[in-house]
Amino acid sequence: MQELLGLPLQASAHAAEIDQIIVIVHWLMLILFIGWGAFFIYTLIRFRASANPTADRTGVTSHTSSYLEIAVAVIEAVILVAFAIPAWAVRVNEFPPENGATVVHVIAKQFEWHTVYPGPDGRFGRRDSSLITSNNGIGLDRTDPDGADDIHTINQLNLPVDTPVIAYLSTMDVIHSFAITSMRVKQDAIPGVEIPVWWEPTVTGNYEINCSQLCGLGHYRMRGFVTVMNQGEFQSFLDEEGARLSAAN
Amino acid sequence: MENVTTAEHVEHEEHGHDEHELSFLQTYVFSQDHKVIGIQYAVTAMLFLLFGFSLMMLMRWQLAFPGAPIPIIGNLLGQANAPGGIMLPEFYNQLGAMHGTIMVFLGVVPLAVGGFGNYVLPLQIGAPDMAFPRLNMASYWSFFLGGVVMFASFFVPGGAANSGWTSYAPLSVIATEGQTWWLVGMLFLIASSLLGSVNFIVTTLQLRAPGLSFMRLPFFVWAQLVTSFLLLLAFPPLQAAGTLQLMDRVAGTSFFMPSGLVVADQALEISGGGNPLLWQHLFWFLAHPEVYVLILPAMGIVAEVIANNTRKPLWGYRALVASIIFLGFMSFVVWAHHMFLTGMGTTISAFFQTTTMIISIPSVVILSALFISLYGGSIRYTVPMLFALAFLPMFGIGGLTGLPLGLSAPDLHLHDTYYVIGHFHYVVAPGTIFALFAGIYYWYPKATGRVMNEVLGKIHFWGSIIAINFVFMPMFITGLAGVNRRLYDGGMTYAHGQEVMEWNAVMSYGAWALGFFQIFFIFNFFWSIRNGRQVNDNPWQSTTLEWQAPSPPPHGNFATPPEAYRGPYEYSVPGASSDFTMQGQASGADPEPARV
Repeated sequence: MQELLGLPLQASAHAAEIDQIIVIVHWLMLILFIGWGAFFIYTLIRFRASANPTADRTGVTSHTSSYLEIAVAVIEAVILVAFAIPAWAVRVNEFPPENGATVVHVIAKQFEWHTVYPGPDGRFGRRDSSLITSNNGIGLDRTDPDGADDIHTINQLNLPVDTPVIAYLSTMDVIHSFAITSMRVKQDAIPGVEIPVWWEPTVTGNYEINCSQLCGLGHYRMRGFVTVMNQGEFQSFLDEEGARLSAAN
Repeated sequence: MENVTTAEHVEHEEHGHDEHELSFLQTYVFSQDHKVIGIQYAVTAMLFLLFGFSLMMLMRWQLAFPGAPIPIIGNLLGQANAPGGIMLPEFYNQLGAMHGTIMVFLGVVPLAVGGFGNYVLPLQIGAPDMAFPRLNMASYWSFFLGGVVMFASFFVPGGAANSGWTSYAPLSVIATEGQTWWLVGMLFLIASSLLGSVNFIVTTLQLRAPGLSFMRLPFFVWAQLVTSFLLLLAFPPLQAAGTLQLMDRVAGTSFFMPSGLVVADQALEISGGGNPLLWQHLFWFLAHPEVYVLILPAMGIVAEVIANNTRKPLWGYRALVASIIFLGFMSFVVWAHHMFLTGMGTTISAFFQTTTMIISIPSVVILSALFISLYGGSIRYTVPMLFALAFLPMFGIGGLTGLPLGLSAPDLHLHDTYYVIGHFHYVVAPGTIFALFAGIYYWYPKATGRVMNEVLGKIHFWGSIIAINFVFMPMFITGLAGVNRRLYDGGMTYAHGQEVMEWNAVMSYGAWALGFFQIFFIFNFFWSIRNGRQVNDNPWQSTTLEWQAPSPPPHGNFATPPEAYRGPYEYSVPGASSDFTMQGQASGADPEPARV
C-alpha cells in the first residue's frame, strides 16, 4: 500500500508512523469503496427495469448494513485512539530535552526561510524590527552579547543526522507553513506567536522546505533547502560560520 | 361543498386577474413569485458556475504548461494580468481565490438552495408560495448585487481578491483593493442567504398542506430545512468576521493583525494586538457547515430521483431523516479540523478529530441507505437517474478521502496538498454538481412543460463523468506525493513533485474536455424550452405534490389546494392500479397508515 500510494521517502524518525496511519485509513477506505461498489454494480445490473419490471417495495430487510456501520465506527475509533491521537501527542507534547537537540529559530517572511542558530553560547540574541535592512532581513541585533555569535542562514537549513531538531517557528508578515515533505514535517507559522516543532532527521542528504500556505504572489517559489549531514560535517559548518562571524567583528 | 368549490373558483379567477395586471417588471424582474425567483436564482447561479469554471480552465493552462502564453484569448486578458499572454502569479492567485468564491457562494449554494429550494420546496409541500415573498425577492437581489460586486472586482486596480477563498489574515488585510470588494460582496451574499433561510424555515413549518406531517415530507424538503438552519446559524459569525476584516482594511482596526508585523522590510503602521487565528475560527465556523449546505440539498435531490426511478420507497427514510438532522448538528463542532496545523495541542485536536470521525458515521448511513434503496427496484436509466446514480460513488470517494484528512497526524503530510483539492472536489463537483444536474433534468418538465432532449443529456452525462475523473483522480496521486495546492507553476520546481508532474497536463485536458461536454447541456437547456418533447404534468410518474400542479405551475401553484394522504414515496404498492400512488390522491391503497 505504501508503494501504491506513492508516498515520498521517509527521512525522519516519525515519518513511518505517519505513513502507517495513512496506509491503514486507506485500507479502510478501499474496503468500504469496494464493498459499496460491488453492491452498486450488482444492483444496477440485477434490478434494471428490463430484468425486474416490477419493483419489490420492501427491498432489503436484513440489518447487515447497521452492523457494518457499527463496524466502521469501531474501526474509526480504534484508528483514532490507538494511532492518530498518540502520534499527534508525541509531535506536539513530548519534546526532547534541548541540551540533546539541535535548537534553531526558523523565521518565515515573504518569500524566504531564515534560520538562526544560537552559536557557541547556546543563547539566541535579540531581534528588533527597527534594525531590519536589506542585509539584515530579520533584524538581528549583533550588539546583544547573546546575538554576536548567532549564525544566520537564508533558505538553507543544515542539520545533523540522528539528532532531534527543535525549531521555534515564527513569521514576520503573513501566515506561512513550514513543510519538509520527506520528513513529514508541516507546521503553520502564525504571526504573533512562536510555535515549536520537533523531529529527528534519519537520512543524510538534500531536502526541500516548501511553503504550504498561500502567502502572496511569490508563494510558489518560497522554497528552502535542508541538508542533513553527519555530526562532523555539521560541526565544521558551525565552526566555519563562527569563524566568519569573528572575522567580520 | 359545492359552494366552497365555487368560492375557490372565483378566488382563482381573481388571482388570474391580479396576475394580468402585474407589469412585465413585476412578473419577470422584481417578481415575488417563488418560481420566478427560483429560476432567476438558478439561471444566475448557472452563469456564475460557468464563469467560475472558465477561470479554472484558464488556470489549468498555466498548470499544464507553466509560463507558456495562453493561446487565442491570452492577449485579451490585459497587460496587468497576462503580458504577452503569459499569466502572472498575481493573476493566477486572483483566479484561484475567485474560482473558489464563485463556485461556492455564487454558484453551487444559490443553485442548490436559491434555485431548487425556491422552485421545488413550496410545490413539494403544497404551498401557494413562500411565507415571505418580499423577503424572497430581497434575497435574490441581494445575491445579485453581491455577484455584481464580485464580478466588478476584477476591474479594480490590482484586480480581484487574491488571498484564496479563505481570505486568511494578515495576507488578506494587506492585499490589494480587490479584497475590499470581496468583503463587500460577501456581506451582500451572506445577507441574501440569511433572508432566504428564514423564509425556508418558516415556509416549511407553516405552509405545509393539510396532512403533510413531518414524517411525510419528501426527503428533499428535510434536506432544505436542515440546510436553512445551517445557513441561519453559521453565516452570522462570518458576517461579523467579514465586517471586522473590512474594518481592518479601511478603518485602521487590528482585529486580525498582531503587533510587530514587518512587510517587505517595513514595519506596518497598525495598532496591532489582534489575532489572525480568530479569522480562521470565525471563517471555518461558517465554512464547515457550508460544506453541508453544499451537500445536503444534493442528497435531497438524489433521494427524490432514486425513489422515482427505482419505483420503490427510499430505504430507511427515518434513518435518513435522523442522519441528516444529526449531520446538521455535528457540522457545527468540526470546524477546527481545518486548522490542525495552526499549533493545536493534543486535547483540542483530539476533540475535533473525534467529532470529525463521528460526523462520518451519519454520512455513511445516508450513503448506504441510498445504495440499498436500489436493491429490489425496477431501475429506469433516465438522464436524471444517471446523474443521481453517479453521485453515489463520486460522493463516496469524496467522503472517504475526508477520513485521513480528518485525522491530525496524516495532515502532517496531506494538509494543503492536492489530496485536499481532490477530496473536496469529489464531494462538490461530481458529487453536488452532478446531483444538481440530476435535479435540472428531473424538474425541467415541471418548469417548462417539456423534457430536455435525452440523447444530448446522455452525451452530457457520459462525457462529463469520464472527463471529471481525469480532472480529480490524479489529484490524489500528486497530493500523496506531496505536491502543494495554490502553486502558480504547479509545483514543478520541487523534487518531490518531479515524478507526478505529468499528471498536471492530464488534469488540464480533463478539465477542458469537461468544459466541452457542458456545451451539450447548455444547448439542450435553451433548445428544449421551445423544442423539447411536450409532456403531461407528471411525466416521471412521480408521487410527490409538485407533480400534482400544472406544468408550469401558475401563480398560486395549485388549481385546488392539495392535501397529503400518505407518505412521499408510495411506489409499487401491492394492489394499487399503477406503480405509483400520489401523495395528494385521496382514494387508493394506503398500506401504511399515517405515522405522525
